[in-house]
Amino acid sequence: MYYFQIFSIIGSIVLFALVINFIRLGLLKEKYSVLWLAAALVIIILSLKKEILDYIAKFLGVAYPPSLLFLVAFIFVLLIILHFSVVISILHERNKVLAQEITLIKSALKESGIDIKGRDKKEKQDNPRI
Amino acid sequence: MKDSKQKILIIIPAFNEEANIGSVISNVRKHVSEADIIVVNDGSGDGTARIAEAGGVTVLHHPYNMGIGATMQTGYKYALLNGYNVAVQVDGDGQHPADQIQYIIKPILEDKADIVVGSRFLGKGDYKPSIARGAGMAVFSRVVSFIIKEKVTDTTSGFRAAGRDCITFFSNHYPDDYPEVEALVLLHKKGFSILEVPVKMFERAGGRSSITPVRSVYYMIKVLLAIFVDLLKRT
Repeated sequence: MYYFQIFSIIGSIVLFALVINFIRLGLLKEKYSVLWLAAALVIIILSLKKEILDYIAKFLGVAYPPSLLFLVAFIFVLLIILHFSVVISILHERNKVLAQEITLIKSALKESGIDIKGRDKKEKQDNPRI
Repeated sequence: MKDSKQKILIIIPAFNEEANIGSVISNVRKHVSEADIIVVNDGSGDGTARIAEAGGVTVLHHPYNMGIGATMQTGYKYALLNGYNVAVQVDGDGQHPADQIQYIIKPILEDKADIVVGSRFLGKGDYKPSIARGAGMAVFSRVVSFIIKEKVTDTTSGFRAAGRDCITFFSNHYPDDYPEVEALVLLHKKGFSILEVPVKMFERAGGRSSITPVRSVYYMIKVLLAIFVDLLKRT
């Protein structure tokens, strides 16, 4: 076993453990952990079974098999970032809809005599209607 | 169309427009007295909110700055919620003269189009854009005219009137930033009829345009990209 194998196995195990721990602490939703765990597992397998790594490297024409690990890790990182971009876009849209609803609800409340300005609390106390 | 009285809503989006918003409101009220007016204050940090409230119109306040697209959409959602048949966009910066509003409303009231766009380039007024801006506008005009197979001269005009169906559509789908050009393509894709009418416009009375030279490059790229993506998108 080469040092690079030991190094990447340890690294992947640490990553795997971190992700699991984050899920356990509620800091990470399972939904967003799948790609991280998959990346860690694939890298562990490729590092443990050097034959697989060598085989794929030969097939792809990569002269130095360990560099294939970088490629695999890079592809996973790209996938994870792309996933985040999609998630951010969804959140952006939902956030917009929420803010618009709040805007409309506040306006409707104001029309029925309830003024929730939020910013200047002083005015609220002076307002006898509330 | 039914004979019942048409409910008209003038939507004025405003972000840091304290210099103009007061006169815009009073002009609109003077020229289109039958319409209701709302100002959508997009998280302004200046006196826009105070001046608009003092103008005696309904003011909707965004909790934070969300951009012109979301601001217009809030206006359309309000129009839908409150049962308006016609919604008119009038910029809060004073470049859309209130006395021109009647011309863009008319075709909607007569049921001639789903959306009416006030165009600066159909003979009325003497609007002269800078060379760079004029070139950009010409590109958009060509691209949009080609896509919707109908001549559109002023695609970036934010001076528009929308009918009931359009209001409903905009409440659910409205582009985020620099929405004017993209909205036309979306409407066409949905089968809405678009009509341009000649209007006069002012140069901005005060404040700064949202489109600075640096942003204009981003603007061009973003809008063109958005148009092509819209063509591929299923909605």
